[in-house]
Amino acid sequence: MEHHPTPPAPDRRNFLAKAAATVIGGITVVIPAASGLLVLLDPLRRKSADGGAVFVANLAAVPESGEPRKFPVLATRVDAWNRTPDVPVGAVYLQRVAGGAVRALNVACPHAGCFVDFKSARNNYHCPCHNSSFALDGKVLDPKSPSPRPLDTLETEVRNGTEVWVKFRNFRAGVHEKIPV
Amino acid sequence: MKRSPSDDRPVKPLDWLDQRTGYRKLAHEVLFENVPGGARWRYVWGSTLVFCFTIQVITGIALWFAYSPSSQTAWESVYYIQHEMWGGWFLRGLHHYTAQAMTMLLAVHLMQVVIDGAYKAPREFNFWSGIILLCLTLGLSLTGYLLPWDQKGYWATRVATNIVAITPFIGPELQQLVVGGADYGHHTLTRFFALHAGVIPGAIILFIVGHIYFFRRHGLTPKEPRRRPDAAFWPDQVLRDAVACLAVLAVVVFLVIRTRGAELGAPADPSEPFPAARPEWYFLFLFEFLKYFPGGTEVWGAIVIPALLMGLLAAMPFVGNWRLGHRFNVGFLWVMLAGAGWLTWLAIAEDRANPDHAIAVNTAEREARRVIELARSPAGIPPTGAVGLLRNDPLTQGPKLFAKHCASCHRFDGHDGLGGQPKDPASAADLKGFAGREWLTGLLDPNRVATPHYFGATKFKAGKMVKYVQEDVAGFPPDDRKLLEKTIVALSAEAGLKSQRDRDRRDTALIVEGKEALVGTRMNCAECHVFHGKGETVGPDLTGYGSRQWLLDFIGNPAHPRFYGDRNDRMPLFGEDKVLPQAELSLLVDWLRGEWFEPAPVAAK
Repeated sequence: MEHHPTPPAPDRRNFLAKAAATVIGGITVVIPAASGLLVLLDPLRRKSADGGAVFVANLAAVPESGEPRKFPVLATRVDAWNRTPDVPVGAVYLQRVAGGAVRALNVACPHAGCFVDFKSARNNYHCPCHNSSFALDGKVLDPKSPSPRPLDTLETEVRNGTEVWVKFRNFRAGVHEKIPV
Repeated sequence: MKRSPSDDRPVKPLDWLDQRTGYRKLAHEVLFENVPGGARWRYVWGSTLVFCFTIQVITGIALWFAYSPSSQTAWESVYYIQHEMWGGWFLRGLHHYTAQAMTMLLAVHLMQVVIDGAYKAPREFNFWSGIILLCLTLGLSLTGYLLPWDQKGYWATRVATNIVAITPFIGPELQQLVVGGADYGHHTLTRFFALHAGVIPGAIILFIVGHIYFFRRHGLTPKEPRRRPDAAFWPDQVLRDAVACLAVLAVVVFLVIRTRGAELGAPADPSEPFPAARPEWYFLFLFEFLKYFPGGTEVWGAIVIPALLMGLLAAMPFVGNWRLGHRFNVGFLWVMLAGAGWLTWLAIAEDRANPDHAIAVNTAEREARRVIELARSPAGIPPTGAVGLLRNDPLTQGPKLFAKHCASCHRFDGHDGLGGQPKDPASAADLKGFAGREWLTGLLDPNRVATPHYFGATKFKAGKMVKYVQEDVAGFPPDDRKLLEKTIVALSAEAGLKSQRDRDRRDTALIVEGKEALVGTRMNCAECHVFHGKGETVGPDLTGYGSRQWLLDFIGNPAHPRFYGDRNDRMPLFGEDKVLPQAELSLLVDWLRGEWFEPAPVAAK
């Protein structure tokens, strides 16, 4: 191989080349990475549909004894690209209360979102995941229950004296306040 | 603060990191590779390919977060990425066009390696790993093409997998394995996706590592004469590589923005022909090549010859050892590229000269746009998938049904509904605007009633209606002429056409007058037609004339006593004889009446 003299490497030129290589190299990676990140962050702007009240059950189907009964809530489910009318989007416990009104409780445990059971033998609600227990009106029964708040009550309305309509919502789990999601 | 074991001086965090990981040596290895003769632009190609692959990994993983491989969700999730997600169109466009750029750059890289003799000993393994990388990248293109599950990808993949089936001995089994069963569906997508996002990229990473290892082992093949002394890879060559990568990215971004991302065709539908199906442009030469192999000999064009050519490519390092070997190799590569280029050109030229292909492409584009409108309609995409959107869309299906069942006699605005011309001349009315005010005005015009646009080519050419228009109507005094106009307005209102809704609403008073006139003695329609219970059944019942139900009944059975009875001219009893199922009849009627979903102008983006 022929001999080359050691190249003079001016520091300033070298610095510019290094800086330019770093900046340009950075740009070439940032553009695809940013466009990917934007799509990954897209779920942040999706809000759950704030549906109005939906028909859940006939009043006659809710026991007169005051015992709660579970009903599915049918509504239009929007799942990314699909829009499906009249499918179960959740469930509620309906219970007759004094004055001909109906109480609706969301079945999701406010602790971590498990489906709470109504235990008729004990006449209370019990969460099978972390053993929170709730009274019929939804209040936390056992002070040692992990649930930070009572079961979530939902707005109800009895229309025409026979139909129970519920404004169904889900709420953020694990916090003291009842914050809709 | 950490201290080194031998003395009490604190160890700096980076030193600590280096002691544990040896990153400085690694960085030195990476950055201070010797570049013989100094940095040059001609050495950038390999780096641009690594860069393209990196983009594909980044964008591919981001797309993966939103993609759902099944035949009811693949198109739908891609639609959602493309049209609903933040910057989804850009991300998908970047992935699509970078794939194209990668193919081009592979060709350039291969040419340079062959021309510069970089494939020769001791770099055989470097060359072979590169050939394998080329094949793997083409495999990525092939598998990625199907994933949107649109008509284009679906039909192209059917062709590709049917070619697999002609492989000697194991073809059909191999095809079934690739397709994931006997037919194309969920498992075709899951398998292609596993190959596209898992197996092939994994293999590419392994082979890139090997390729770069061999490259570092034997060093860069310098281009003589060397113009400058040797230098380190960092920073001058890195800068050139970075600029080249930026240029590649700029071209890709330009294409993405200009075309607003990769196209997405109508959802895959095995029942819907797709004559516009073509492979990705860099496979067009193979597509064209196959046209020259008569039935039964495809295996030569699709497998044997391409395999021999790949074999010859792989043998270059050995061929190159002969005296004229290098020249042969360079010549061979040029001939291959020129051949591929020529075949590509032939494929493009043939399509350009073929008017049917232009129509097919137009239809494909129209349906692609239409299905997006439907997907964004308030009804949205049903859980059974978007493929039903076009199947149940009067605007899409009406013209096809008309062309198939009606256009042998009727016309729609002078054509067969799809813009074509049937082989026989029109022998029944032109149904564009049927039952509309303008259409009826023409029917009741003495100069037009006997033209082929109305009754001119039917057996009613000299019938009572034509006679009535040509004699009675032609002799109407001005007062009756005015009344006729009102009668037309009233009769047309029976149809309840969407296009006249506003006019009908405005003209309520006219319509009341016209309705009375229709059964009155001056117009005398009731002598032959029944209208809301009054009149004689000679011609068709005019109650609800042109309405959805009236048309369904009429097309279903024109020979019903309510319509033409035994005097029906040649019209088939589409419903009565079950020529058309009710659903298709409804689509046809809705299309004729102009009833289909139209996006609100404000909602259109």
